[in-house]
Formats: sequence, C-alpha cells, structure tokens
Amino acid sequence: MTYIGSSVKRVEDKRFITGQGRYTDDIVLPQMTYACMVRSPHAHAEIVSVDISHAEQMDGVVKIFTGKDTDAAGIGGVPCGWQVDFKNGDTMKEPPHPLLVSDKARHAGDAIAMVIAETYAQAKDAAEMVIVEYNVLPAVTNSKAARADGAPQVHADVPNNLAFDWELGNPREEVDAAIAGAHHVTTLEFINQRVICNAIEPRSAIGHFDTAYDKYTLYTSTQNPHLIRLLLCAFVLGLPEHKVRVVGPDVGGGFGSKIFHYTEEALVIWGSNQIKRPIKWTAERSESFVTDAAGRDHITTAKMAFDKDGNVLALSADTFANMGAYLSTFAPAVPTYLHGTLLQGLYTTPLINVSVDAVFTNTTAVDAYRGAGRPEATYLLERLMDTAALEMGRDPAELRLQNFIEPFDGVEQEGYVTQVALQYDSGNYAPVLKRGLEMVGYEQFRADQKAAEGTGKLLGIGFSTYIEACGIAPSAVVGALGARAGLFESAQVQVHPTGKVSVYSGSHSHGQGHETSFAQVVADKMGIPMEDVEIIHGDSDAVAFGMGTYGSRSLAVGGSAIVKSIEKVLEKGAKIAAHLLEASVEDLDYAEGKWTVRGTDKSVAFGDVSLTAYVPHNYPEGLEPGLDFSSFYDPANFTYPFGCHICIVEIDKESGVVKVKRFIAVDDVGNVINPMIVDGQIHGGLAQGIGQAFCEGAIYDESGQLVNGTYMDYVMPRADDLPSFEIDRTVTPCPHNPLGVKGAGEAGCIGATPAVVNAVMDALKGYGIHDVEMPVTSQKVWNIIHGS
Amino acid sequence: MVPSKFAYHKPSTVKEAIALLATHGDDSKILSGGHSLVPVLKLRLNDPEHIIDVSGIDSMGGIRDNEKSITIGANSTHGEIANNAALKEHAPMVALAASMIGDIQVRNFGTIGGSIAHADPAADWPAVLLAADANVVLSHAGGQREVDIDQFFKGLFMTAMGEEEIITAIRIPKTAFNKNSTYVKFPQPASRFALVGCAAAISNSDGYITEARVAFSGVSATPFRDSNVEKSLKGSVLNEGSIATATASVADGVSIMSDHFAAEKYRKHMAGVYARKALSALA
Ligand SMILES: Cc1cc2nc3c(=O)[nH]c(=O)nc-3n(C[C@H](O)[C@H](O)[C@H](O)COP(=O)(O)OP(=O)(O)OC[C@H]3O[C@@H](n4cnc5c(N)ncnc54)[C@H](O)[C@@H]3O)c2cc1C
Repeated sequence: MTYIGSSVKRVEDKRFITGQGRYTDDIVLPQMTYACMVRSPHAHAEIVSVDISHAEQMDGVVKIFTGKDTDAAGIGGVPCGWQVDFKNGDTMKEPPHPLLVSDKARHAGDAIAMVIAETYAQAKDAAEMVIVEYNVLPAVTNSKAARADGAPQVHADVPNNLAFDWELGNPREEVDAAIAGAHHVTTLEFINQRVICNAIEPRSAIGHFDTAYDKYTLYTSTQNPHLIRLLLCAFVLGLPEHKVRVVGPDVGGGFGSKIFHYTEEALVIWGSNQIKRPIKWTAERSESFVTDAAGRDHITTAKMAFDKDGNVLALSADTFANMGAYLSTFAPAVPTYLHGTLLQGLYTTPLINVSVDAVFTNTTAVDAYRGAGRPEATYLLERLMDTAALEMGRDPAELRLQNFIEPFDGVEQEGYVTQVALQYDSGNYAPVLKRGLEMVGYEQFRADQKAAEGTGKLLGIGFSTYIEACGIAPSAVVGALGARAGLFESAQVQVHPTGKVSVYSGSHSHGQGHETSFAQVVADKMGIPMEDVEIIHGDSDAVAFGMGTYGSRSLAVGGSAIVKSIEKVLEKGAKIAAHLLEASVEDLDYAEGKWTVRGTDKSVAFGDVSLTAYVPHNYPEGLEPGLDFSSFYDPANFTYPFGCHICIVEIDKESGVVKVKRFIAVDDVGNVINPMIVDGQIHGGLAQGIGQAFCEGAIYDESGQLVNGTYMDYVMPRADDLPSFEIDRTVTPCPHNPLGVKGAGEAGCIGATPAVVNAVMDALKGYGIHDVEMPVTSQKVWNIIHGS
Repeated sequence: MVPSKFAYHKPSTVKEAIALLATHGDDSKILSGGHSLVPVLKLRLNDPEHIIDVSGIDSMGGIRDNEKSITIGANSTHGEIANNAALKEHAPMVALAASMIGDIQVRNFGTIGGSIAHADPAADWPAVLLAADANVVLSHAGGQREVDIDQFFKGLFMTAMGEEEIITAIRIPKTAFNKNSTYVKFPQPASRFALVGCAAAISNSDGYITEARVAFSGVSATPFRDSNVEKSLKGSVLNEGSIATATASVADGVSIMSDHFAAEKYRKHMAGVYARKALSALA
C-alpha cells in the first residue's frame, strides 16, 4: 500500500462541506449562559468609573464582572510565553495583561466588563447599559513614533514604550565598516504593514465548571489546547491541571491568531466557577478585528552592500516591531528569533547584523501570523535583492544565483551554519530558481516587456527566493532563546484488539487536513487500510499532551512522534508474531499487514497479533499484554523549506490598476505525503501573501481607531483578484526527521509578498522610485506614474 | 451581531404598510431585502422598535413591460432585473448594472426599491436610474405620486421620499437612449460598491447624438448627471475625439468624495477614465 505521496481526498471534508463541522459556537451545554464584553471605544483612556447598576436590572442578566472583581480575585492576567531580554541584560518589560482592565484602556477593544445573561441578545442589551466614564488620553499607534520622547506612555513603568531591544549577528561595527567600504549599497526604508488574520470562524470559548466533579472544561477555538491548559493552570488562575480539560473542537482557520492564550478564555473559565453555570462567549466580527492578535507591523531600515562583481558583502537591518498594547503569547519571538535569524536567506552574506526595538503602542497585540517573522525577513531580503539588481543594472535572477549557498544535503555535507544563529538542515537552491525561470519563460517575458513599452500597459516581473525555519522546534534551543515551553510533540498509537488503530496526536488540525495526511502515514507504515485509522486531536482528556499546530510543525514534529510510536508497536507486534509463528523475531519480515517467516509462506496477520495482545492466552512469557504506545519527539533541528516565487504584473497606466497576470511558485518542502494538501496549503499561503501586497492592511486614525474594521473597508484578497497559480516542487528531504518532511503551511505566505512588490517596482522602473508602500493600491501606482 | 429588540410586521398590501408607517412613524423602518438594513441593525447603528416587512406585498413585485415604459416593482431583486428580457432589450444598462451588484446571494435578496431608498451614494442604481431618466413611484396615505429621478437623490443617504411614503415602483421609459446604454464600475476593492460608477445612454440620428445622459455613482455624496459631458456630446458624432473632448473635465465643479482608496484627485481622474470606458463601449 502506498498512501504516502498520493493525493488522497481529505476525509474531514465530508463534515465540513455538508455543514456538520462542530465548532465551539455550535456546542450548547445545559444551563449555559452567554457573555458579552464591554469594550473600550477609546484607544487610550483612564477609566474614571464603571456603573453597572442599570445593566444589572436588565432582563435576563445573571452577573456582571468588572476589572474590580478580577483584581479582587487576585488574577494577574494572561502571561507572555517567551522572554527576550534587553541587549544590556535587563529583563524584558512585561506589564500585566489583565482579563478586565480597571485602571485604563490601552487599545480600542480592551475589555472592561463581562456581562453574563440568559441569552446573548440580553447580554448585549445589558452591555450597552454599562456606563463607563473615561478620561481620554492621546494615543500612539506607530511603533517609531511611540519610541520618541514625549510620546504617549502605554504603560506607566515602560519608559519610551520599549518592551526590549535585541540584536543578533556579527558585531555592528564590523558590519557597518564593510557597508561603508562597499562598492554599492542598497538602502531601503519600508513598512511591513499590520495585517489582520481574519480566520473565517471568529474566536469562541465556553467555560464550564462541573460542580459534581470539581472539574473545569474549556471549549475554545484554539490551535493548541494543551498549551492553553498549561498557561491557564500554571500562570493565570492557578487551577489544578488534572482538573482542567481543554477542548479545541473543529476550528475554522487560525493563521496564528488562535495560538495565543486570550483573556476571554480565562474569563469564561473563572466566571463559570463564580456563577456555577457554563458561559459561552463568541466574538462578533467587529470584535475579531480589534481583539485577535494581528500580524507583521514592522518599520525597517535595511542596507545590503555589494562588491563590484555583485557579491553580497554585508547586511544590516534595524526594525521597530509593534507589539501592540500587551505582549501576546509568542509576540517577543516573532520579530527576533523568527525574523532576525532568517536574514541569511539563501545567500552567502558573510556579515550580518540585525537589531530590533519591540515597542508598545495603543493598538491590538501583534503576534505570529502565517509565517511569523519569516515573511518579514523574506520581504526585507528579497526587496533588497531586486532593488540592488535594479540599481546595479544586474539581472535579478543572476544576482541571486551568484550569491546562493552551494548545495548541501545535511548527510554527506554538513548543514550550513549562518551568521545569525542557525544551521540549515539541507538545501539545494539554484534548481528552484532555474525551474521557476523555465516555467515563466524568462527570455520571452523580457521580450514581451519591451514590446509593451509605449503602449498603455506596463509589464513587470518580480522574484523572491526564500528560506524559512519550520518544524518548530528543538526544545533546548528555544529554551535557551527564551521560550517558556518546550516545543516537542507527543503521539499515542493505540491498536485495538480487532486491529483497528486510534492515533492521539498533540498536533491540532484547523484546516490543514491532519486527519488525512497523518492517517496516510500510519496506514502506510503499518500496512493497513486508511479506513482502519482514526486520528484524534484537540482534546486534553483524550490526548496525553501536545504543543499544537503552528510554525509548519505538525507533520515534521507531530508526524515524527507518530512514527516513533508505530515503530514501538511493530517491534512489540513482532515479538507476539514470532511467538505465534514459533520463529525468532530476526527471521520475520513485516509487510502489507502481516509478519512472514522469511523464505516461507508461514505468516500471521496484524489483526491476529493485535487480538493476541489483548487476549493473551498463547503469549510470549514475560511480555505485557496490550498494543499501545506513546512517544514524545523533540526535533534535532528546525527544518528549512525554501523556494522561488515569481510574479508577473500588468499595470494600466491610465488607471494605475495592477493585475497579477501570472504567479509561479516552486517550493521545496522536503518529502510530500499528500500533494493535493500541500498544493492547497501553498495556494492559500500565496493568496494571503499576495493579499498583503495588494489588499490588506490595518489603518488607524490619529485617535487610535481602526478605520477599516469591517469587510466594507478592510480588503481581503478574493479569487478574482488572483491568477491561476502555476506551481511545482523540488524535493530535498529533511535529513533529521524520519519522514524527511519540512513543512508546507506557511511557505506560500512567506515567499509571495516581495515577489509581488518587486514585480510592481520592475514595471515602474522608468519612474525613478525605489519603493512603494503596501498595500499597493491603484491610487498609489497612479500617483507614481503621474508624478504626484 | 444581534439587533436590538423590535416588533415585526408583515403587511400584505401597500395600504396596510402605509398605515403601519403612520402609526409607528419615527420608531419604524421598512424592510425589503434586508441587505442594507440588517447590517445597520446588527451593528446597532439604528434601533427601530418596529420593522415593517414589505417583501410580502405582491403589488410591489414583478417587472411589467408596458407600451412606453417598463415598470419595475420596488421589491424586484437585482437578480430578477439582471435576467429580465425586456430590460435587456430596452435598457441594457439596467440589466447590466444589476448583474454587477454584490454577489449571487446579494442579488437574490437585495431589491431596487431598498437600494434607492437607502441612497448610498456608492450604490450602482443611482447612476443608472439618473441616466435612464427613470421615475420613482411613491405611495402615501392619500394615493401615489411620481418623482423624476433628477429630483430624487438629495445627498448622502437622503432622498425626496416623505416620512410616510414608500417606494412601490420604478419606471424606466422606453427611449432610444435607453436602448443604447451601458454601465461600467470601478469597484471599491473591499465592498465592491462603486468608487466610480458611470452609466451612459445615448441616442443618435443620422450618426449625430440627439440626446446624451451620463451619470455617476460613487464620485459625489449626491449621485449626479454631468451636464458638461452631456452638452459637449450633443450634436457630435460619438468617436474617440468627441469622447476625449467631452470627458476632459468630468465632474468639474462637483464636490468629490475622498477616502483611503481614492482621494479627490484620483477619484475625479477615474470618473473621467470610466466615462471614456462607458462612452467608448457605445461608440
Ligand atoms: C455583501 C453585500 C454586497 C453588496 N454589494 C453591492 C454593490 O456592489 N452595489 C450596490 O449598489 N449595492 C450593493 N449592496 C447593497 C444591496 O444592493 C442592497 O440590497 C440594497 O442596498 C438594499 O436593498 P434591500 O432590498 O436589501 O433593502 P433593505 O436593506 O431591506 O432596506 C434598505 C433601506 O431602504 C428602506 N426601504 C426598503 N424598501 C423600501 C421601500 N419599498 N420604500 C421605502 N423604503 C424602503 C429600508 O427602510 C432601509 O432603510 C451589497 C450588499 C451586501 C450585503
């Protein structure tokens, strides 16, 4: 049987496309109440008073909690999960993130009270009657502006709003000296704008304290139930972990925004014990816009220096990273260890220095969003590369090829050690670019581009050759870098007496198709039909432990844990088989679901062995009954997918309208289990990456209000904005995990954005500009063309 | 996304609907397809105590092909209009514009009456109905009146409709210019409403333009016909040259809307671009 490598249709899609998915908001518990949050309309305001007396009298109101109540209960707030200290060794500034604020609101959307009623409509009506008196303060939303003296202070005890500063790479003086002496230096100052994750399912949480068992259950739209349980128990509420169950049922997309532990999760759990009834809270879309952690939001100055032959000599990058008003769970890691460490890219740059200021502002928190740090790194490098090529009159493809790291497989040749703290596992970079050039028909394109001159259209081509770090991550490494958790994964493979198999995975599927691709792995490795395999995830009472899904880690880390457990099952199964066959284990072969004595036709089927394991009448002496193994897998390294994205745009000069004519993506994600699922992940990632370039971006006004907080104004990419993607792959297996897989969830989003902007810049090269701010709207392009 | 509490009424005649309006006055709101009103209610930008659902009033439905005009019942959905054979023949821009509104769900629920009552300046209907020289049929307790479309739109979300009136129909005259008409739109990329919507209707005699009607949605808070463009075209032959001349200064003297998608200057420019697109399609 060879499921691995074939495009098996997704088994989970039956329930999704027939409307039978079971999301948190679908769950109704007896006696359930509904919560509506009272949120600050102001980005920055002292709370003078909160009057709940009218609201309490409203129909159906069960209870109203304010910040006074959570303060009185001694709840400190939700913690940050990653500590990055200042360059000088000072501890990261980590002001509390209260569940309900009692002193002041620090962003529009900060929660002030939780109104609980018999129905959501009643809760909402009563929430409107909670009267909050504010003393509105000036707000700051831009991270660079927030660093200035005299800028509004988001937290009283964080001078100049600096959460921490950070640096990585070669000594700055050396890098600066190399830049100063270089033949050519390309400098870009740009904004990698804030994007809002916009998962189709809004966040939702149900807290249920069961008085019969003194046990809490939290249903929540999360990417990592066990992590939420750990944070809830160990940091926020001090609950006994064995008395808390966290379930992440079907989750309608996360893109990172559902990794984090949110205040509402803690509120419904705590509140349910106060009122001894379950509480459900589901975000309205308008709430999602202002409370889901957002992505990107960097302001960067970067320099890349070249010698006269076009060899990269040095790179420096200085970034202001907007943290928002509070440090979200993984926020400190994103602009640092997921961004700075990627600035080697695919190039042999000998000197690199990156520095980051992580800054508080009066905005919603920023944290990991599909790609998390790596899209920002790729944008920085790849915009520099194309700009440098343009400035030096070089071909952008050739300039890249010239600077690529030589191939290495991580087995015969050592992994490549970068200037910024990583060792790449395996890589062979030229083929993805060469394949991309072949697919695009590069020479023909340049001819077409020339031919278009003088017409009303401008054609442009943009490149992006990226690397990313996935399979997050070796626990000891991330521990040394400030993570407050390990990043291994667990898996239990439970063989039932009848030979059917339940697999409990600590990874969590929220659209990725684990129930299919994991089952393909299990079925192949065990030689049984896929229908005999069930993948169970997302329930802390079912799955022993797990670190969840993000950073393209599920297959590389979670899949590897499954493989480890399968190996244990087959090893024990062989002992039972040997006993039944009266042979020795060394003489047995396992294939297609049976053990055979080599060179004979004597065999025993998997199902007979599993039955024997649970009905151990005729059984090896001293062997425990049962066929059920758990494993923990901690990866030896990150995995490093890479690829080449090429975008072709056509600009209409009269209107400035830009059309993506073609998009070519050649990705190398290591071995592929299900090509259709990988293609789907790439397509979705490309849509988001292209979306950032052309459509998306949070806009704040002076007072700190999100101006485009509805779908009437916030532009999401749509199918008709995109061309039919042309994709291909090369395969460079990961040398350090048993499946040879690298991860595919974020690649599309990491590579695409700079390819698009580079294409626009290529089309506009006659207009003497070096950058255009994203999103690249037709108005911006028209202004460039018409010189205003 | 839950509206405030309201009482729901579903009259089956225009008379009943008007009586309900008279009784509840300011505290009430007409509901047709709900595709503009319901979002407003859910965001709690408005909280009427009474909702009067006119979608069950048969006399407000249907599209009738009369001798001199086509009468579109106010409850006709954008989808019905887009697929109506008489409109496709006698006023192609009307069917075309309808097909460009929202998506299938929106077109199958949203109505022409609801759209023009709402009077969103970025909606598609205003430009088209202005160019079509339509009449709006309004019913009130004492009977009904017809308002010339040129007198109907009064500003941002404002119309000539009286407080106790409802729109029952829209009349599109069967004219030569409506037979030769088109609509183009530069969509706002998020909402896909019109940043610029341009409707053009032109009649010719012996190759010379006898009547030109060119109207815009999205450009100004009040949808408008551009009389400079129309005057310039009248009497000329519709070709590249006359189009260029006529559209050299579209929307001059009009106060132009501005937002982060299109500031005044760009929007004015695009009004010209789309006027040229519309007119070229008729040339
Ligand atoms: C996702 C989406 C996309 C859209 N895209 C577009 C687009 O591209 N272009 C576009 O033009 N529009 C668009 N619309 C708006 C759509 O066309 C609406 O259907 C229309 O604006 C309102 O019609 P309705 O029947 O839904 O009216 P309702 O929402 O029921 O009512 C709207 C207003 O009109 C009043 N009203 C309704 N009927 C009458 C009547 N007979 N007499 C007096 N007052 C009345 C109501 O009281 C209310 O104030 C979109 C809407 C949505 C939700």
